[in-house]
Amino acid sequence: MIDLQKISVAYGRNFVLQDLSVAFERGRVTSIVGRNGCGKSTLVKTMAGILSPAEGVIKLDGVSIEALGRNKRAQRIAYLAQARSEPDLTVGELVLHGRYPYLSPLGRYTQTDREIANAAMAEMGIEALAERPLSSLSGGMRQKAYIAMALAQDTDYILLDEPATYLDISNQLELMQILRRLADKGKGIVTVTHDLPMAFGFSDAIAVLDKGEIALCDTPEAVSGSKLLESVFGVSLTLLAPSGQYGYHF
Amino acid sequence: MKRLSRTKKRILLLYCIAAVLMLGATLSGLLLGSVRLSPKELFDAAFGGGRENSAARIFWYVRFPRVAAALLCGGALALSGAVIQGVLANRLASPSIVGVNSGAGLAVTLCAAFGVLGGWRLSACAFLGAFLAVLIISLGAQKWGASRGTVILMGVALNALFGAISDSVTVFFPDLAILRNDFKIGDFSAVTYPKLIPAAAVILVASLLLLLLSGKLDVLTLGEEQARSLGMNTGVMRVIFLILSALLAGAAVSVAGLLSFVGLLVPHAVRRTAGGNSHLLPLSLLFGAGFVALCDALSRFLFAPYEIPVGILMAFLGAPFFLFILIKGKGGEKLHD
Repeated sequence: MIDLQKISVAYGRNFVLQDLSVAFERGRVTSIVGRNGCGKSTLVKTMAGILSPAEGVIKLDGVSIEALGRNKRAQRIAYLAQARSEPDLTVGELVLHGRYPYLSPLGRYTQTDREIANAAMAEMGIEALAERPLSSLSGGMRQKAYIAMALAQDTDYILLDEPATYLDISNQLELMQILRRLADKGKGIVTVTHDLPMAFGFSDAIAVLDKGEIALCDTPEAVSGSKLLESVFGVSLTLLAPSGQYGYHF
Repeated sequence: MKRLSRTKKRILLLYCIAAVLMLGATLSGLLLGSVRLSPKELFDAAFGGGRENSAARIFWYVRFPRVAAALLCGGALALSGAVIQGVLANRLASPSIVGVNSGAGLAVTLCAAFGVLGGWRLSACAFLGAFLAVLIISLGAQKWGASRGTVILMGVALNALFGAISDSVTVFFPDLAILRNDFKIGDFSAVTYPKLIPAAAVILVASLLLLLLSGKLDVLTLGEEQARSLGMNTGVMRVIFLILSALLAGAAVSVAGLLSFVGLLVPHAVRRTAGGNSHLLPLSLLFGAGFVALCDALSRFLFAPYEIPVGILMAFLGAPFFLFILIKGKGGEKLHD
């Protein structure tokens, strides 16, 4: 379990998260939702160790992630950033770099690392693209390559910052199905998203972030029933019978 | 036996082309010139042991240091360019464009003003000048959040500033004026062993380290957040890469002067032909070496008995290529972000 206890995170003197406490479990998809600028990305970056909390502690299965160190933390938590550069790498090389946390300072990737990377590509169905330059892929395929890199990292948790941005609807659906499948295999998936119907349709838990605090973290049904979204977003979310899918009302 | 994929065949072919280019450029550089040497004379001069006859003297005191300098400086500048582009996540960056070369140039000019024309002190000062520029640019890109276009403009400003200071020095030390002119263009005609040996040692060590660390540069090019999430101490790695690239550029500038466009042109050409993969650094090193050595041989051969400085020939090739990148907009980056 990733357990955040009374976390406060600031950029300079501006506190984005304040006294925030929430826990994320393995085997579940948790979607973090909230208005623009409420601190969603800051929250996952802090969990990934990219930002350091000014106050509070983050524990991973009872151990502070600061005490784990960079590599040990990266062996337990993978993070896929929203903004990415376009590296001069093939898909296979990108996925292999998922093994970076396991390298010694001047070490080279081993045959075992390559086998794990190949297995990750096979799981994502992109092994045939291994030698294609990353830059030649469509947005959906590139996202799969990055998820394969996270799989090669072989972590208990995968954090994704707005993974569906720039994807068309079919790729969005496929992505959410992949994340669902990974959670069913025991990984803890935490994703930041603006797509409320998608979040409510595929997640086990919804964490609503408002004004730097977790306003509620519960099942989609409980969050939907709480009417909290109306006060946060100014929209209502209704379960559309008989499809079982959620829809907005403005 | 496992068959090679198309990508691997293409990479292998590029290594072969680079090897042929380097070999051809080396032989051309050693054989051609105002006095042409025959292959037999070249062989005897290189392996005969004596340095008394005119062919041996030409070989050991003129051609060999010159070709070695062209190969080393070309490789160094191209490798430095590929690294700087990776670290700054900006494919329009290169040692000459972001002011690294002119930082080293200022240091070399100051050294010349105080009578230091070769040796380790010259290499060390060139490195410090290059590192100062790379530090300012890096701070601009990382700490102050300058966009890619702004980083290029910072380079323009640094080039202007360092150039102005260097020109001012020549006002107070008029004897430097001729030296400064050759230095600004870039040239291998005045290469001497005291200049070459320290620079060669720096280039060889820095290049070897960069090739060993190339996997880490690949991780760094995934972006700051992604690299940190993989457990990399990005701050330390960035400084290591910038120091090594400044060492390369400084050493090259201390020998050859302000050779422009190699650090931009070669990594781009490699990227376009090899595709996106992790062979960028070694291929840039080899093609940079071969390209500059070939240009140097051509600069002596094309208008013989006149010799044009290699920097002029490279600018003729490099400037249109740079314009092509800007207009075509496929350098991977847009200038207005």
